[in-house]
Amino acid sequence: MTKIFETPLYPYQRSADQDAETPVRHPVVVLGAGPVGLAAAIDLAQADIPVVVLDENDKVSWGSRAICFAKRPLEILDRLGCGDEMVDKGVVWNLGKVFFDERKVYDFNLLPEDGHKRPAFINLQQYYLEQYLVDRVRALQADGKAIELRGGNKVTAVKPDDTSVRLTVETPDGPYLMDADWLIACDGAGSPTRTMLGLDFQGRVFEDNFLIADVVMKADFPTERWFWFDPPFNKGQSALLHKQPDDVWRIDLQLGWDIDREAEKDPEKIAPKLKAMLGEEADYEFEWVSIYTFQCRRMEKFRHGRVVFAGDAAHQVSPFGARGANSGFQDTDNLIWKLKLVIDGTAPDTLLDSYDDERVYAADENILNSSRSTDFITPKSHASRVFRDAVLDLAEHHAFARPLVNSGRLSLPAIYDGSPLNGADATGLPARARPGAPASDAPIGGDWLIDRLGGGFQLVTIDAQAPDTLDVDGIPVTRLALSAKDDPSGALAERYLGSAPSAVYLMRPDQHVAARWHAFDADAVAAAVKTATAQA
Amino acid sequence: MTAPTHGTLTLEPNIKDPDGFYAELLAAHEGLSREDSEALNARLVLILANHVGDRDTIRAALEAALPER
Ligand SMILES: Cc1cc2nc3c(=O)[nH]c(=O)nc-3n(C[C@H](O)[C@H](O)[C@H](O)COP(=O)(O)OP(=O)(O)OC[C@H]3O[C@@H](n4cnc5c(N)ncnc54)[C@H](O)[C@@H]3O)c2cc1C
Repeated sequence: MTKIFETPLYPYQRSADQDAETPVRHPVVVLGAGPVGLAAAIDLAQADIPVVVLDENDKVSWGSRAICFAKRPLEILDRLGCGDEMVDKGVVWNLGKVFFDERKVYDFNLLPEDGHKRPAFINLQQYYLEQYLVDRVRALQADGKAIELRGGNKVTAVKPDDTSVRLTVETPDGPYLMDADWLIACDGAGSPTRTMLGLDFQGRVFEDNFLIADVVMKADFPTERWFWFDPPFNKGQSALLHKQPDDVWRIDLQLGWDIDREAEKDPEKIAPKLKAMLGEEADYEFEWVSIYTFQCRRMEKFRHGRVVFAGDAAHQVSPFGARGANSGFQDTDNLIWKLKLVIDGTAPDTLLDSYDDERVYAADENILNSSRSTDFITPKSHASRVFRDAVLDLAEHHAFARPLVNSGRLSLPAIYDGSPLNGADATGLPARARPGAPASDAPIGGDWLIDRLGGGFQLVTIDAQAPDTLDVDGIPVTRLALSAKDDPSGALAERYLGSAPSAVYLMRPDQHVAARWHAFDADAVAAAVKTATAQA
Repeated sequence: MTAPTHGTLTLEPNIKDPDGFYAELLAAHEGLSREDSEALNARLVLILANHVGDRDTIRAALEAALPER
């Protein structure tokens, strides 16, 4: 059976642009058809902005890559029309076990909060995610949306000026030129765009190697995450076992810094470790074996005039905590509605600077969390190893030490505290729904709040009056009228009212809170819309 | 410049029978290798820090413990 990652999904086809007399100009070009580029393009197409995606390749991603997808990106994927495919195919898990040396020191249950449509996260091979995104592109095309995916199109030059960006694209038929009003660079951690524009990518390389293997095996292991510190089969290092769909298991083995990378990849060398880990009788086959070093770094700014960077091109983290693709989706979620307003002329171009404010802030949070996990997993000094081992020893007997064990903190969305787009806050409403926070889901009368949000500005009224529609200088605001009674479980009231009897929330198109009040006031709402669109 | 806050950290004598406490501390380390002693100290720091809980107080203690520069 040929695997999805061997099938060309968007093979090269000659485009009319290649025969044009003068370079054809497009409103938006997305560079890179990885998860982040595809998400950007789908979001644009759903907003009726024509978009062309260029990728030098024509298949889903190669090798072991993302497997953990957190709730917030799943909510974003819902808005993009791929959430169900992801969750139907993905593996949901809540239990984890932590081993130290030969002992199990504790197990944990994530106990996700009730009253959310989506689980805390799922495990799914990145190639499935990319396949679903490509399927969604095809469905949008069938609906007549202007979204084009050009495989075998390698960008070799990027020349921005004040009004557009000129691209040189290499193809099997030779090169051609095209112009873009806006270029979204989603060309991955090695971003050629970044290099071509001479931009920086600063950060920290962790002096360590990890063998990442995906093995196919029929095994009765439970659907749990198993993490070993200093196990007998990988002395002085760590190991991870995690389940994916189709009987595929992700195995991470830390190798240390001074190693012979080729020798370590030898199946003969890996076999004894795997047997010790999985049991003598384990019968497995490799899907992928790769060796990675990890780094945490980001660009100083993500927006450079008409070129905007997103995903790994803008920031890179170590995979402990699953923040790469997850945060990339939050980048495009943040960017696309802003770009739409700027293209439509309803907001100034400076609105895009807030993409920098908000997503650089989020990238720093991700880098901080992922560096802390990496430092716990691979202690960098004698003292840090002594404390790490002390924490693990104590965790076996004492509950207090368990929260200190850091084998990766799961990706949570950033709350944009201090963002210039944040408007009024009202005292007494719950902190989790403050301006800058992503919406918390809640069940509402047989539906989910999260499914009723997004795509435009909305006024969510809870037991409060407001007009059904507003227009703030060309920006429409629609009302979503709710009552605490819509949710007998009380989650809606707990997450949005606290002890207050009523509330009015202005929600951004990316489902983040812009401002909130106890009651509707037309002038206050208009002012908050202006602030949220950089017009204040 | 404002004076550094010490939270509720007390640096005044606070242990009854100081000699008895000191002897107990050393007794705990008796017969341990250097490595095991170091591990014991690390566990002890974590247990006491958790008992204190208050981050300002712990930070003040860390500052007080740092070698003078
Ligand atoms: C071992 C491992 C485990 C991981 N685990 C997780 C996880 O559990 N959860 C998570 O969220 N993330 C995880 N990640 C990170 C995740 O894989 C990345 O963050 C994600 O792939 C980034 O997507 P992207 O679209 O930004 O870039 P990429 O996926 O790298 O896509 C970039 C695209 O740009 C194209 N391109 C590049 N240059 C050009 C050019 N000049 N012209 C045309 N096209 C070009 C490439 O062909 C490619 O398709 C993991 C990564 C690794 C390595």
